[in-house]
Amino acid sequence: MSGRVLVGVKRVIDYAVKIRVKPDNTGVVTDGVKHSMNPFCEIAVEEAVKLKEKKLIKEVVAVSCGPQQSQETIRTALAMGADRGIHVDVSGKDYENLGPLQVSKILAALAKQEDAQLILLGKQAIDDDCNQTGQMTAALLDWPQGTFASEVSLEGDKINLVREIDGGLEHIKINTPAVITADLRLNTPRYATLPNIMDSLMNNETELHKPNHRTSLCVGLIPLFETVAPEDMQGGTDRSGAMLRHTVLQSGKPKRIILSCLCI
Amino acid sequence: MHTYIFHTQVLRAGVWCGIRLQSSSTATASATASSSSPAPSLGFSFELTDQQKEFQQLARRFAQEEIIPVAPAYDKSGEYPFPIIKKAWELGLFNGHIPQEYVQSQSYHTCGMGLSIFDSCLITEELAYGCTGMQTAMEANSLGQMPVIIAGSDAQKKKYLGRLTEEPLMCAYCVTEPGAGSDVAGIKTRAVKMGDEYVVNGQKMWITNGGKANWYFLLARTNSDPKCPASKAFTGFIVDADTPGVQIGRKEMNMGQRCSDTRGITFEDVRIPKENVLIGEGSGFKIAMGAFDNTRPPVAAGATGLAQRALDEATSYALERKTFGKVIAEHQAVSFLLAEMVMKVELARMAYQRAAWEVDQGRRNTYYASIAKAFAGDIANQVASDAVQVFGGNGFNSEYPVEKLMRDAKIYQIYEGTAQIQRLIIAREHLGRAKK
Repeated sequence: MSGRVLVGVKRVIDYAVKIRVKPDNTGVVTDGVKHSMNPFCEIAVEEAVKLKEKKLIKEVVAVSCGPQQSQETIRTALAMGADRGIHVDVSGKDYENLGPLQVSKILAALAKQEDAQLILLGKQAIDDDCNQTGQMTAALLDWPQGTFASEVSLEGDKINLVREIDGGLEHIKINTPAVITADLRLNTPRYATLPNIMDSLMNNETELHKPNHRTSLCVGLIPLFETVAPEDMQGGTDRSGAMLRHTVLQSGKPKRIILSCLCI
Repeated sequence: MHTYIFHTQVLRAGVWCGIRLQSSSTATASATASSSSPAPSLGFSFELTDQQKEFQQLARRFAQEEIIPVAPAYDKSGEYPFPIIKKAWELGLFNGHIPQEYVQSQSYHTCGMGLSIFDSCLITEELAYGCTGMQTAMEANSLGQMPVIIAGSDAQKKKYLGRLTEEPLMCAYCVTEPGAGSDVAGIKTRAVKMGDEYVVNGQKMWITNGGKANWYFLLARTNSDPKCPASKAFTGFIVDADTPGVQIGRKEMNMGQRCSDTRGITFEDVRIPKENVLIGEGSGFKIAMGAFDNTRPPVAAGATGLAQRALDEATSYALERKTFGKVIAEHQAVSFLLAEMVMKVELARMAYQRAAWEVDQGRRNTYYASIAKAFAGDIANQVASDAVQVFGGNGFNSEYPVEKLMRDAKIYQIYEGTAQIQRLIIAREHLGRAKK
């Protein structure tokens, strides 16, 4: 067992930012907008670093797929305690079309290349809310998956996991190697300390990878038809009982039309 | 093995609060944009480096998540915010000036990083945005250690700066007396040499961190001849707070920055070993004054942070509160008020940044430092008062955050050189240049 953990970190628009749709309705405004690490990815990094501090694993490798700016996200992971970073360079049109299926293929390939024992991801990204990458990565690798984890403990070569599901909490035990996706209550991510930030900027611990198009990116593109902001909520009117419920459900539905056209 | 982290114990952050407010700081909007290609060098640059941006982001996040939620409670109780200070210390948010070689042992939480004054000003502004009381408690550390950093011997630095990096200890700058504040040359605390020691008698007042400090920088008169010039009559000492004879007074209840610990300290036959003299007998005045060129920019930065907070609070209120059929921001009287607040905040920021940059370039920055401190102190008061005005009746009430800002702002026109003293300095510097 290599004792190596791969943590996927995604660069997303910061959660505090007010999202605005582009005038041509092709997406949301990202230029000049503050970006940061996806909050669930932060939780995943924290969990990985904690495992390393408990000496249950040996190395934490942060991975991000995206353009040049993704390196900032990797640096944040390094400043939190990751040992090194891998930046998979995806830019331009490829980046616009980058979705969970492509990312999971990349992660699967990297996991084999790095001989990873564990892949830790956030349960979903706050920009697309897909909640697919972890599950797809596990399927591609044929590894067990522990999604929506709110507690993780390693026991020998098995993992005890508590999952947050609709009905409550589910306790499972899975083999390693495995994919785990982090839910909100798994931990509270630490701040990067100033000295760590300085180090992450000075040292070049991030490798650059160019994805091999044949294996990674050309499949499973989901074309985006239109992005529209939701209608402004209308004020509710005062009716009693069932009529009130009915009125509220009718108004304020977001409109987003996506044409899904999977070509595998 | 790629383990480049200096310290292995990075403690958990505190509560993850989802209340982070959207920062509307316009001056840093460009700083937070995704990486821009560097403009061709025009000499003067307003661009922050990646490292500076990240420091600023960390401090901002810390202020939003750790300081802002608890600041009102600490203001009401006046309790020293040690838990927050400890967390900030762990992240390296203060004591940043301590050069790296004076860090003590391997597994410490934070090492001095020899940060530039500019970098520490960026951090200070962000922390002050959260609460200036807490930020002053941390800044007092910088003031107290600055004489040691600029004038201490290797041994003194190792001993007294080193211990600040090992544990979250505080230090304090002990110069002001009940009878002498602006008139530093008028201090009466006496230090008499007896053998290998100095025996100190006197009273100090308004010492920030007075009750919490592990050691003090003390200025005392060693030459009793009244005709002796100030530049030779005083000596700077490092005094351990637990030295017998050091009597710490009660915590003073102040108008603002109430969680910061301010006290009077009486020195009664306190014996200080001669090893604790900075440079030598008679060099104290220069050291004490020299510290200010480094600490005035951060104080100006703190005032700017407070002003920015007042501006942000007033702006979001003005966009919500409605009168006469529209949000009050659409009334010109209010929007003009906000515009003037914006002008003042942006200019104060540029002023302290220039002052900090000057001293980092290795130049004497007294002119710029005084301008920055005077201006920032004045506008902080004006902007905080205007913010209360924008809030109207609500602003006067303690349930809203702006009355605290107005109370906290006042001290910025008083400590680290009063507004009047700054004007004296600026006039002197300006006329000195004009006469050349």
